[in-house]
Amino acid sequence: MALLEVRDLRVVFQRKGEVPFTAVDGVDFDVEPGQTVGLVGESGCGKSVTAMSIMGLLPKRGNKVTGSAKFEDTELLTLSDRQMRDRRGRDLAMVFQDPLSSLNPVIPIGLQVTEVLERHRDMSRRKAMVEAADLLDRVGIPDPRRRLDEYPHQLSGGMRQRALIAIALACQPRLLIADEPTTALDVTIQAQILALLAELVRDSGTALIMITHDLGVVAGLCDEVNVLYGGRVVERGGRHDLFQVPRHPYTYGLLQSIPRLDAPKGERLSPIRGSVQDNIPWTSGCAFAPRCPNATDTCVEVTPEMVPDGAGSVRGERLLRCHNPVAQEVPA
Amino acid sequence: MLRYTVRRLLQLVIVVGVLSLLLFAWLRSLPGGPVSALLGERATAASRARLTQELGLDQPIFVQYWKFLTRAASGDFGVSTGVQPGDTASEIFLQRFPATLELSFLAIVIAIAVGIPLGYLAARRRGGWLDNLSIVGSLVGVAVPVFFLAFVLKQVLAVDLGWFPTAGRQEGGLDATRVTGFFVLDGVLTQEWDAAWDAIRHLILPAIALSSIPFSVIFRITRAAVLDVLDEDFIRTAESKGLTTPVIRRRHVLRNAMLPVVTTIGLQTGALLAGAVLTEKVFAFPGIGQALALGFERRDYPVLLLLILCAAGVFVLINMLVDLSYALIDPRIRTAGGAR
Ligand SMILES: Nc1ncnc2c1ncn2[C@@H]1O[C@H](COP(=O)(O)OP(=O)(O)OP(=O)(O)O)[C@@H](O)[C@H]1O
Ligand SMILES: [Mg+2]
Repeated sequence: MALLEVRDLRVVFQRKGEVPFTAVDGVDFDVEPGQTVGLVGESGCGKSVTAMSIMGLLPKRGNKVTGSAKFEDTELLTLSDRQMRDRRGRDLAMVFQDPLSSLNPVIPIGLQVTEVLERHRDMSRRKAMVEAADLLDRVGIPDPRRRLDEYPHQLSGGMRQRALIAIALACQPRLLIADEPTTALDVTIQAQILALLAELVRDSGTALIMITHDLGVVAGLCDEVNVLYGGRVVERGGRHDLFQVPRHPYTYGLLQSIPRLDAPKGERLSPIRGSVQDNIPWTSGCAFAPRCPNATDTCVEVTPEMVPDGAGSVRGERLLRCHNPVAQEVPA
Repeated sequence: MLRYTVRRLLQLVIVVGVLSLLLFAWLRSLPGGPVSALLGERATAASRARLTQELGLDQPIFVQYWKFLTRAASGDFGVSTGVQPGDTASEIFLQRFPATLELSFLAIVIAIAVGIPLGYLAARRRGGWLDNLSIVGSLVGVAVPVFFLAFVLKQVLAVDLGWFPTAGRQEGGLDATRVTGFFVLDGVLTQEWDAAWDAIRHLILPAIALSSIPFSVIFRITRAAVLDVLDEDFIRTAESKGLTTPVIRRRHVLRNAMLPVVTTIGLQTGALLAGAVLTEKVFAFPGIGQALALGFERRDYPVLLLLILCAAGVFVLINMLVDLSYALIDPRIRTAGGAR
């Protein structure tokens, strides 16, 4: 049974006097216990909004969330604010993009770790402090006891993100959502943080949803990958299949636009033409059609369904939402 | 912290020193003067000259100022010519300063106690009826002249309904013991509860009138600051930990939102003095505001000089405390200062 089952998740932002805006438009995906699942796509395709709606962190007003997000058979979307608060930080936790602004600048790191322990594990402040030092140690923060009394501005960027990871994993959640956890960090630090995350979720058996627009991150970390476009999943598969045999023209385009060191000299990067600005809703036809090199009349008229893709299923199941996939030779 | 405090105290001395010189010169440049105020316009030239000499006003201004400084150094600030002729300026100060401090303190407490919670609630329920109502209320609070508000409060609640006394600090019939000059505090110290309660009743209406502007400003700054903080990423982090709303409010929202509010409170204490002049007049409240108004009318140089200098000193002191508490709230300032 899946740990998290997201079905037809839709988030519509609606402010008074404005046209409703569909940020997430029917997303489906599963996360198995202990599995690392990637959510990839360009900026604005709805990755963060998907995560926030699962966590119940969207603003209380001005949006409508429909569909289903089942966590161990509990429907998260219909939980009361109180029930959701009991689960957040305990059963599911999240790490965000910018570690400096994600920490409270005026209270010590120690309290920011212990408050979640006090809340969910019924610990006294003293016991929680001991545990907090242990947690900081486990995420590779040197001299953790001293760090407990320090403030966020006294830590480096990498250390801050480590502290936030410690906070998120403090209550041993079964699901961790990391929303571009390395985007704000130096390149050298990025690799360290990713390695740390990979190690921690492997050792603790925590499932991880890795949100990123960086396919390199996905390649190194994820078991399964969901490619999002215009608020919908357009392709899903194991990471080996997806990278070796990209079937959706959008996925193919994303892979083509990664700079490669082994590329022949003089070859230019080929970014996907157009931009998310050209986004059209998924109401009639494929939302990617205006930017797609393979688009035909059918693509504009008939909205493609998510169907198993035989040609792409090399090692595991592969799902694809496309009328004219990229022709690929299946490796032997 | 010690070096910082010493530096600020030195600043205080310099500010008061420079201000005393400017004030001294400015007061003497005003049209009229104590002589005309005391003798009237039709006095003979001879009697005018005699009084001018008696008051030492015939001497060059820098000589006057030097005399003022040397006397002030030994605690002698001169004798009142207009407010309470014959009393020394220091006596008047000791009588009246506690009255205004008591009044201003209650006013700022009201402004804080109402302004901060209301600002928080208005921000949380942004666009709701409470938010809109308080915004209108704070606009009215700033726009309505203090003396008009004081007058309406007095007319309706004191004169017409008789719920509060109309004037003064204490009922004449009460034989209260004086210890500090702060009437409420005196009542508590001597356990003369009726005197303390009576003093409080005299304070309530003027304090409400006086609190209207600081309340409005504190409310608006709190509301804006809370709105800013609610949008911060670390609030999202706090929510993602599943913390309860009271903890998030106390520990994460208010602590951060208080930084600009604390600064505002310091600045508002300056506005309090301006408001006190008007409020005390309406309620015949014997504080320094009333003395200042009277002092200006009668050109009472010694009283004006001492009262204004002390008010400025209090203002600088309070803002120094504000800076210190700022450092207490914000560790970024604390550590930056410590490194220096
Ligand atoms: N509170 C909100 N109100 C209105 N629109 C919103 C809100 N939050 C997000 N959106 C819109 O929803 C869309 C999807 O946003 P989202 O943050 O999920 O993108 P993303 O895939 O995470 O992109 P990025 O890589 O830039 O983080 C965007 O167009 C964004 O403008
Ligand atoms: Mg995002």
